Amino acid sequence: MGKSIVITSGKGGVGKTTTTANLGMALAQRGARVALVDADIGLRNLDVLLGLENRIVYDLVDVVEGFCRLRQALIRDKRCENLFLLPAAQTRDKTAVSPDQMRALVAELKESFDVVLIDSPAGIEQGFQNAVAGADEAVVVTTPEVSAVRDADRIIGLLEAQEFHAPRLVINRIRPAMVSRGDMMDINDILEILAIDLVGVVPEDEHIVVSTNRGEPAVLQNSSLAGRAYRNIAARLMGEDVPFLDLQSANGGLLGRLRRIFGG
Amino acid sequence: MFSLLGGLRRRQAGSKDVARERLRVVLMHDRAGANPELLEQVRDALVQSLSPLVDMDRRGIQVDLRRQGQSLALVASIPVRGFKRGAGGRG
Repeated sequence: MGKSIVITSGKGGVGKTTTTANLGMALAQRGARVALVDADIGLRNLDVLLGLENRIVYDLVDVVEGFCRLRQALIRDKRCENLFLLPAAQTRDKTAVSPDQMRALVAELKESFDVVLIDSPAGIEQGFQNAVAGADEAVVVTTPEVSAVRDADRIIGLLEAQEFHAPRLVINRIRPAMVSRGDMMDINDILEILAIDLVGVVPEDEHIVVSTNRGEPAVLQNSSLAGRAYRNIAARLMGEDVPFLDLQSANGGLLGRLRRIFGG
Repeated sequence: MFSLLGGLRRRQAGSKDVARERLRVVLMHDRAGANPELLEQVRDALVQSLSPLVDMDRRGIQVDLRRQGQSLALVASIPVRGFKRGAGGRG
């Protein structure tokens, strides 16, 4: 019996789907049997980030409506055969599925997978309600911006109201150089405000753009710092105690290094 | 070198602090569940309870939530024309 984790954020564009794709790949590379569920019905994208868009035959709504069996709709990743995707329907909308149906679907997936990651749509309406329905745990993704943190706060409130007692936070797209010069909120600023546990910090990384272009999650590249951050998050999700990357020294630039040398 | 770096940092510092402060205020409103209609109801309740005692300019009343230290304060500004006769404790 596996566990299910919803990846959510409230605000769109903070990297939920990128996070889902990378964590899924990283967990599968660690040997876990992983199912990724794209719960963003009508605006599916997880297939594209994984490079699986050409292999979709059936989707989540087909399963729920009984047009196919769950096994038929699952797409196996060729790079990592422990990884499977249940794509969202593109031509339907959120009302095509109910929270009860999602609960049943995720329960069925948990019977044959170690981890089920559910990619939530943006917003707090039915799509979100569907995405969280079958989840045991929640990961909230934010970026170091006022609007994203505000929405994360709202989502955390909603998750807590739905009995998710310990949602965990991923801070995405942090720019160490901007943090160093005081032009971007740092990890402590955000944690102080949101008051939840941190599960990972992912730096802004050009590799993400390239990997999205190619449909190959950044965790597949050893040179990607974001990929490394995602591998660490995957380890933490499996209960390992992994130290956080020192982004200020890894990527702080010349100025940051000089400042450290001079004690600034 | 030392002062050059310090100067750069001073000049550019602040936008993160601005972000943090704005976020604090926004979240206080969000978390309190305050919305314009609710503040309107608070205003009406104040008018109702104060009107036997105070002669006020109702159009000038402002009710808002403000941050005070770590907590949220309900701040009402009520222009007073005078107190009503017989409303005092000695009446």
